[in-house]
Amino acid sequence: MRLWIAKQRYLIDFTLASLTRRKTKNIGLVLVFSLLVFALASVTLLTSALRQEAARVLADSPEVLLQRMVAGRHDLIPPGYIERIGRIRGVQQVEGRLWGYYYDAVVKANYTFQVARENPPPPGRIVVGPGLARFRGVQAGNVLSFRSYSGKLFSFTVDAVLPAESELVSADLVLLNEADFRAFFDYPAGHFTDIALSVANPQEVRTVATKLAAALPDSRPILREEVLRTYQSIFDWREGIALALLSAAILAFAILAWDKASGLSAEEKREIGILKAIGWETGDVIRMKLWESMLIALAAFLIGYLAAYVHVFHFSAALFAPVLKGWAVLYPSFTLLPAIDGLQIATLLFFTVFPYAVAVLVPIWRAAITDPDAVMRG
Amino acid sequence: MIELDDIHKAFNQGQPNEYWALSGISLTVAARQVTALSGPSGSGKTTLLTLLGCLARPTQGRVRLRNEDVSGLPERFLTEIRRRTFGFVFQQFNLVRGLSALDNVMLPAYPLGLPYGQLREKAENQLAGLDLGHRRNARVEWLSGGEQQRVAIARALINDPEVIIADEPTANLDTALSRQFLDILSRLIDEGRTVLLTSHDPLVIESSVVDRVVRLRDGRLVDSAD
Repeated sequence: MRLWIAKQRYLIDFTLASLTRRKTKNIGLVLVFSLLVFALASVTLLTSALRQEAARVLADSPEVLLQRMVAGRHDLIPPGYIERIGRIRGVQQVEGRLWGYYYDAVVKANYTFQVARENPPPPGRIVVGPGLARFRGVQAGNVLSFRSYSGKLFSFTVDAVLPAESELVSADLVLLNEADFRAFFDYPAGHFTDIALSVANPQEVRTVATKLAAALPDSRPILREEVLRTYQSIFDWREGIALALLSAAILAFAILAWDKASGLSAEEKREIGILKAIGWETGDVIRMKLWESMLIALAAFLIGYLAAYVHVFHFSAALFAPVLKGWAVLYPSFTLLPAIDGLQIATLLFFTVFPYAVAVLVPIWRAAITDPDAVMRG
Repeated sequence: MIELDDIHKAFNQGQPNEYWALSGISLTVAARQVTALSGPSGSGKTTLLTLLGCLARPTQGRVRLRNEDVSGLPERFLTEIRRRTFGFVFQQFNLVRGLSALDNVMLPAYPLGLPYGQLREKAENQLAGLDLGHRRNARVEWLSGGEQQRVAIARALINDPEVIIADEPTANLDTALSRQFLDILSRLIDEGRTVLLTSHDPLVIESSVVDRVVRLRDGRLVDSAD
């Protein structure tokens, strides 16, 4: 065993010397390879962090949402619905929600106005999302004016700005109290935008949804798990789109790396001949070259992955965010919670390091099995 | 020490460009002597040397090393024999560029896995013995032709082989360096080693260091003078 370790140390030693001797080629290879890993890892890291973020945020959302439909379109919940739902068995809590969209011509962006369920701001005051605050350049204490759909001008004092951690879902949010909301949107009294329900037993969510659909045939229950699944598939779809967009570049890089890695220069072939002639076995040569390709591939993987990590979690994935994050005009700017998935790393490692090792191994094996007397004639 | 029995060696056998480099060579190489293979270009000297040094296998015939038939051994076993028994000095020296003289000397011993300190000391001693101690950390491409050859000799000696094989060792050296090489040869014989070389340099062939000259022409033995 000690002999084997000593042998491997010598092989690694020689490999490191070989790597430094062919600096330009190897640095080029590492750069191209790192870039490849960086692009792939950025997309997968970002989408998985977004998925987790969405799941985390939605964990607090109601189990069932009920919307009323008129002619296939979302309509207001008329008075009396909340009372009817309250009588359905299994429903723990019912709450009418008030929210709506507002187009701000000043920054050409859509805001989401919502009545705060807990601690609503006092009359004339609002709490705004960090994206909106940034775009409009406001902070607590400033006054924001909006012209309502009826043409009246409303001025609100900013009570607070929401914390940046929740920006994925609160970038464009305006929280206000019920009276201000109804006044601003001319919302008829007793009407709500939709209804949020909590169900005592999670196993019964589907049964309650079925009962709701039967009791209120003009309404549509939306389950939290469905929303979550929709988000997941949206991010999956976006990841697919991003990878499809990147695929041409990735393929070009991969071909370049393959070509660079698999082509042995005349100098390398000569060296392999020398090593064989002076007593190295074919296996020694292959092992040495394997170490070489593993060192290159792992170094590149590490650099690419770390760069992707920094890119995603410290620079908010600036390069891929437009494709992978929301669709609103106010792009959320937030620092994702770092999340690393072992399986994801293993998959990435398999699809980058493994093909590289194969690409390198074949020509080396072909060069290593040539007769050592060739070097005598070279 | 090494016996060749009716050796034939063909290249590209069975193809239109088939070429027989050696035909019917029978030869015995004595231990602790300098044997020189001589002849014009294309006479088969180098091919014969590769067979004697177990770098290649004959197409027909037998090669015996210390009375053991090695002609049919697979490459793995030949490698082991090469590593333990032979040290090679090539015509172009075949040093690995970019590495120091010391690293080049240690290279054949890497697969043996000796402790580093021991190996390094051995390599330094070999270089010092050939007056190259002061150049041990220099990259081989910075060395002169004579220095490069001495590095190649030190490398050939690192595994303490019984037989040194040298292909046209003076082809790239001037007269003074060629004489220096002959001095090294006599030292190797004094150490109890066997030397096999190819040369058509009269300085080598006619030297008193060379015990026996084997002449070849068109892949056949012409004359084997002591």
